[in-house]
Amino acid sequence: MKIGVALRSALEALIANPLRSFLTMLGIMIGVASVMAMMAISEGAAKQVDDQIASLGASNLTIYPGASRRGPRSGGASSDQPFTDADIDLIRQEPFVTAVAARNSGSVTLISGQDNWSTSLYGTNTDYFITQSLNTAEGRFFDDREVSSGAAVALIGKTVADSLFEGTNPVGQTIRANNVPLEIIGVLESRGASAGPGGDRDDVIIVPINTARNRITGGNPTVAKYVTGMEVGIADGYDMTDAQEQLEARLREIRRIAPGGTDDFRVFNIADFIRARSSTQATFGVLLAFTAAVSLIVGGVGVMNIMLVSVTERTREIGLRMAIGARGIDILGQFLAEALALCLVGGLIGSALGVGAAELAAKMGEFPVEISPRIAIIAIGASALIGLFFGFFPARRAARLNPIEALRHE
Amino acid sequence: MQSTAAPIITCRDLTKVYRMGTQDVYALRGVNLDFAEGEMTAIMGPSGSGKSTLMNLIGALDVPTSGELTIKGRALSKLNRDELADLRNETIGFVFQQFNLLHRASALANVKLPLLYSRTPVDDAAARARECLEMVGLGDRMDHRPMQLSGGQQQRVAIARALAGRPSILLADEPTGALDTKTSEEIMELLTGLASDGITVILVTHETEVADYATRKIHFRDGQVERDERKSA
Repeated sequence: MKIGVALRSALEALIANPLRSFLTMLGIMIGVASVMAMMAISEGAAKQVDDQIASLGASNLTIYPGASRRGPRSGGASSDQPFTDADIDLIRQEPFVTAVAARNSGSVTLISGQDNWSTSLYGTNTDYFITQSLNTAEGRFFDDREVSSGAAVALIGKTVADSLFEGTNPVGQTIRANNVPLEIIGVLESRGASAGPGGDRDDVIIVPINTARNRITGGNPTVAKYVTGMEVGIADGYDMTDAQEQLEARLREIRRIAPGGTDDFRVFNIADFIRARSSTQATFGVLLAFTAAVSLIVGGVGVMNIMLVSVTERTREIGLRMAIGARGIDILGQFLAEALALCLVGGLIGSALGVGAAELAAKMGEFPVEISPRIAIIAIGASALIGLFFGFFPARRAARLNPIEALRHE
Repeated sequence: MQSTAAPIITCRDLTKVYRMGTQDVYALRGVNLDFAEGEMTAIMGPSGSGKSTLMNLIGALDVPTSGELTIKGRALSKLNRDELADLRNETIGFVFQQFNLLHRASALANVKLPLLYSRTPVDDAAARARECLEMVGLGDRMDHRPMQLSGGQQQRVAIARALAGRPSILLADEPTGALDTKTSEEIMELLTGLASDGITVILVTHETEVADYATRKIHFRDGQVERDERKSA
C-alpha cells in the first residue's frame, strides 16, 4: 500500500473518532508545546548572553591589580600596587593592543537642582569610547586635552539623564558630583537596561580620569596618577588566550616579578566571565527542556495505549483485511501511519501553542525568547519519532494477528 | 464424472487438529477432495463437522496439521505468510455471513480495498470497483455507506469486493445466513451466474434450498466426507 494512501486512510480513521483522537493528541500537544516554549526561552537567554558579550566588547581584556584569590595572600591591601598612567602607555605599545582605557570607578551622588541620584562613576581616557563602543545620543565626547587637564566635564547615561533632566536636554547644564560641579557635554546612546549581569548599563556618569581622581573620588596618598583598572582592546582576529598570556608576561616585566613569583595583578576575559556566570542559566534551561521532553514521552505512552485499544477494537477489521490479501507489513504500516498521524497533527498544534506560550512568557516576564525554525523542526520531528516508536508495538501486534482468530473476534 | 482438466483445488489427506486443554479435537480427519474450475459446490453438515475448517484451509487463512492442499498447482505448505496473503489477494475471493464491510467507508471504497493490497499496482482501481458494483446491481449505490444499505445490498457489496481482485475461486461461508428468503434467492442467483462465468464457487450452508443451487453437494460429518453428490446436468 502506498504511503500517501496509508496516511490518508489513517487520517480518516482519526476523524472517525474525533474526541478520542483529540484527547490522545493532547499529551503530544502539551509535550511539544512545553519543549518548544522551554527551548525558546533558553535559546533567548543564550542569545541575550551573546548580545551582552558583544556589547561589552568581545575583544577586551580587563586588568586589575592584586593577586588572584587562589592561595594565601601575602601582606595587606598595600601589596596591591596600583597601576599608573605610565603602565597604560607601556601596554599601549604592544602591537596587538588597539586601545587601553583606564577604569577608575566609584559611586557618586549627583545633584541637579532639587533632585539627586546615586550612580556609578567611571574616570577614564578617550580609549574608553573605543573599548566600550560608545556613541553619543546628544552632545560630544571629551577629548585628550580635557583628559590631561582634568576638565570639569561629564558624559551621562540615559537613565541618569531621564532621572535628573526629565524632558529637557541635559547638554550644557551643570550637575554636582560629590559636590564638584561638572558641565554635561554629552548623553550616551542607550545600551539597554538589561536585567542580566552588568545591571543597567545606562546608569553611569563618565568623566576624564584626572577629574575623577583629583577632584571627585580623591587621590591615592602613595601613588600619583594611579589607575584602578584597565580595559585593553585586542586587535580583531587576534587570539584572546595568546593576548592574555602576552599581557601577563609583559606586566610581569613592567612590575618586575621574579620568575616563579606570584603575579600581583589579574587579567580577565570579560566574555569568559559572563559565559561562566550564564552557564548556570543554561543548565537550568536544559533541565527544563528535559522535563518537557519527559512529558512528550508520557504523551507517547498515551498514544501507545490508545493504539492498543484501537487494535483490539478493530481486530475483525484486521482479520478482514488479511483475508482479502493484506500482508503483515500492510497492517503494520496502517497502524504506524495512524500513530504517526496522531503525533504529527498533535506536534503541529503543539508547536503553534508553544510559540504562543513563549511569546506570552516574553511579554509577561519581560525576558527574551528566541523562536527559531530549527526548534520547530526538532519538536515536530521528535513527535514523529515518538509516534513511530510508540506506535510500533501496537502495530506489530496487529500485524501478527492470526487471520482466522481475528475474523472470529467479537 | 471427473472433469478432464486438472482440478483447480486438490485436498490430499487433510487433517486439522485443535488442542482444547489437554484434549486433541479432530476438525478434519484425512479429507481428500478435488474441485474443478467453474464448479459450484455446496458444503453441508452439522456444526462442528469440519466444513468451516475446510473453507479456512482452502482460503489460505489457516494451515492443516497434516496433508497437502494445492491451489492452481501450488502446494500451500511451501508458501510463507506473505505468499499466502498474495494468494488470497490474487486468486481467492471471500464472502462472509456477517459481510465484514468497513462501516466508515463507502460501498465503492469497500470494493476497492483488495486492490490497495495488490502486489501489481492497479491503475484503474476505482473504475474496476465501479464495474464490480454494477455487476452485482449496485451501480446506483456506490457512495452509500454499509449502514445505509439493506442486508442483501451489503452482501452484494461484499461479493463485489470479493470479485474486485478477479479471483478464480470464490469462497462463501453461509452467505445467506443473515438474509431473508427472497434476498437469499437473489444472492444465490448472483453466485450461480459467477460460476457459469468460470469462477470456482465453494459455499458453506446448512440450508438445503441454498445448496440446491450448487452443481455438487458435499456432506460432512465428524471431520470426514459423508457424501459427495453431483447434480446430473
